Amino acid sequence: MKIKNIFTYCFISSLFLFSLICIWKILVTLQGIELTNFNFNKLFIFGIILCAINLLIGKKLNLNIKITILALLFSIFDYFISTNLPIWYSFGIFLISLFFFNNIKDYDKNFLSKNHSSQKLFFNFLTLFGITLFSFVILFPFYMMLVTSFKTQALLLLNPLDFSINFAQGLPELFKSYFIVFKDYNFGRYMLTSTIVSLGTVIITLIFAIPAAYAVARLNFFGKNFLSTSILIIYLFPAIVLVIPLYTIFSQLGLRNSIEGLLIVYTATTLPVAIYMLQGYFKSIPKELEEAGIIDGQNWLGIIFKIILPLSLPAISSVALYVFMIAWNEFLFSLMFLDRPNTFTLSRAIQFLNVGAETPRQYLMAGSVVVTLPILIIFVYFEKYLVSGLTAGSVKG
Amino acid sequence: MSSKLAKIEKRTAYLLILPSVLLVFSIILFPIFSNIWISFKNVELKDLRIPEPRAKKLVKSINDNPNQIKVIYKLRNSSLTQEITNVKFKDKYPDDIEPISLNNKCQFKSNLLKCELGNWPKKYRENLEIVFQNINNQEISKKELKAYKPKLSGKSQNILLTYEFTLNNFKKVIKDKAFIDLLSTTFYYTFFGTIGAIVFGILAAQMVNQKFFGRTFMRSVLLFPYVAPVVALAYTWELLLDPTSGTLNNLLINYQIIDGPINLLGQKYVTLNILGFDFKLRLALTTVIIFEIWRYFPLAFLFILARLQAVPKELYEAADVDGANPIQKFLNITLPQILAVISILFMIRFIWNFNKFEDIFLLTGGASGTRTLPINVYQQGFSIGDIGMGSAVSIVIVVFLLIFMFIYFKLLGKRADEN
Repeated sequence: MKIKNIFTYCFISSLFLFSLICIWKILVTLQGIELTNFNFNKLFIFGIILCAINLLIGKKLNLNIKITILALLFSIFDYFISTNLPIWYSFGIFLISLFFFNNIKDYDKNFLSKNHSSQKLFFNFLTLFGITLFSFVILFPFYMMLVTSFKTQALLLLNPLDFSINFAQGLPELFKSYFIVFKDYNFGRYMLTSTIVSLGTVIITLIFAIPAAYAVARLNFFGKNFLSTSILIIYLFPAIVLVIPLYTIFSQLGLRNSIEGLLIVYTATTLPVAIYMLQGYFKSIPKELEEAGIIDGQNWLGIIFKIILPLSLPAISSVALYVFMIAWNEFLFSLMFLDRPNTFTLSRAIQFLNVGAETPRQYLMAGSVVVTLPILIIFVYFEKYLVSGLTAGSVKG
Repeated sequence: MSSKLAKIEKRTAYLLILPSVLLVFSIILFPIFSNIWISFKNVELKDLRIPEPRAKKLVKSINDNPNQIKVIYKLRNSSLTQEITNVKFKDKYPDDIEPISLNNKCQFKSNLLKCELGNWPKKYRENLEIVFQNINNQEISKKELKAYKPKLSGKSQNILLTYEFTLNNFKKVIKDKAFIDLLSTTFYYTFFGTIGAIVFGILAAQMVNQKFFGRTFMRSVLLFPYVAPVVALAYTWELLLDPTSGTLNNLLINYQIIDGPINLLGQKYVTLNILGFDFKLRLALTTVIIFEIWRYFPLAFLFILARLQAVPKELYEAADVDGANPIQKFLNITLPQILAVISILFMIRFIWNFNKFEDIFLLTGGASGTRTLPINVYQQGFSIGDIGMGSAVSIVIVVFLLIFMFIYFKLLGKRADEN
């Protein structure tokens, strides 16, 4: 039993250490450094040996000294089996192995003789590994988008694995793609259009949704239940089944290639979810407050403006941010309705760049950064509101 | 008294919801119904241009006489497919000018030239020539004549409003040999995309539900793919997966994991040899599904995390006392607690993935075996230009959607009963 535990411990730990080293090596490769082998066999076996040593030493030595020695041993070993690598690479290896041995420093013979110790070990490592892997997989495309926009066509073709940023070339050279995208490809205008459309959608949606949500939440009228269930059903209908009729109708009314047309469609498609989210919140406001308002002689409008609105500001901000995000990211309708460059939104403009003549990829990526960055900044800054908006409105994809 | 109040309340309520209802009706419900209408019609993209009568005005001087001038109207029907009926023509002239002779279609009264030009068949062209003279025998200024533009009006049938219907669109949709393939691709994409997103959502939620350094930051990062615009992400992935200069292929070749580049988005099948059996994997479709999972697992993660944080700690403590191992704890405590959330998520994501258009459109454009029903709507309607066919495919989608929604609300109702 104990032998089996020791064996699984060594095996899993070493595998985990090796995976961490692999991710580090990939990152190093992407800085343009030539590295063509993971050295699986040697590193894995040496890892097993070190883990066994760690177990043997247990708590006999000061733990900090123990992990430093083990990490040093590992990095020196790695330094000797790989050649011609910069010193910061080995330093990275040292830090990673330090982190790793820090995680397994408490394990000794006693821990391994406990119940389920190997499973616990496995899940501990899985969590650690999962966090590293998930962050890597998620952040990597964003990182690539950003770095590609700082490169030149020649550099990109010369070594597609070189993702280092050369700061020595000076800022104007570094941001050259952005200057070109804004100057030659007119992205300033598209950005303005996107902002106007998104903000406009938010404002109009709120103007329509707040009274409707209040009515659904508070007032009694015939057809109320029918209305509140149909809101959800309508919301589940996707844009793709609306696109052909709207295209035909808008073509004949001359509403295509106009911001007004886009505003109408965006408002209508976000309205159901806005009403749905707001009415849920309005219901949670105590009724007594409104009754006090009625006694004070307020009419419905006064109640909405003076009592409901100030109390539900958090919910309204969630809805506003969520609607803004949908409108900013929207692609299908802008693809269908806009085909003149002077009415393009950012998303449509980037698609146009890609489809049109061979656009250098650094411009494409610079454009992508321009459309992504504002929404990510808003998200990080207002995360609390946007997350609650996402949770409430996430029936939408 | 109270009935009067109720009446006021009702009236206010209708007043408050009316704008929203009208807007949603005209932009969402009306198009869904007009989809049915269009799908029974033989309409093409080029028919959507409303035919209109057009005239080009040319002014020519007559050689030996500066007091007279010839005006030629080049008339034509703009439509190549439709007739215009009852065409009327109007043009204005300066004060001291009158026509020498007029044909019987036209009249000249108080500086206005009016003509009734009758019916114009499709592609119709005609030249209308009229010679004018100055009453006071003065020279006629060409510029003054050109300043006025003729106005034409006519009635044409709007092809969308006729009562001619056909079943051809639906026949074509169902008889199409690729239809079964289309359906299976759509379901494959939807099912695996949904399952994958939920599985990764559970994994991520389990991870973030533990305490570690940088946990809140991690939670934000996990939501990035869902929040960022799809256009930017799809093109980044396209560059990442590019066979010649893409990072992924170069990385794999660099570490000698593969021999040559793989076109992950452009290759329909790849043959895998597992335990001596050959499996044919739909490569491009799988890649698209992976993108789909990458982009939408954050949503599942968000939902499941919220649920996990509400699971009482005592349950796990009790399990520890009983000596349960981590797998048992997950299977017997965590999973039953999040099952309700998972089933709702599954239904919602299934419905939305079924209708997903942008992701596939931007990554592959529907090529190499990634054509799903929504992509087909676009291709039929706008690439081929057959609006009627596109509508018919949308109707197929709507029918499936209604079935899914029926199941969804049934499940939801059942769950509400249980609580």
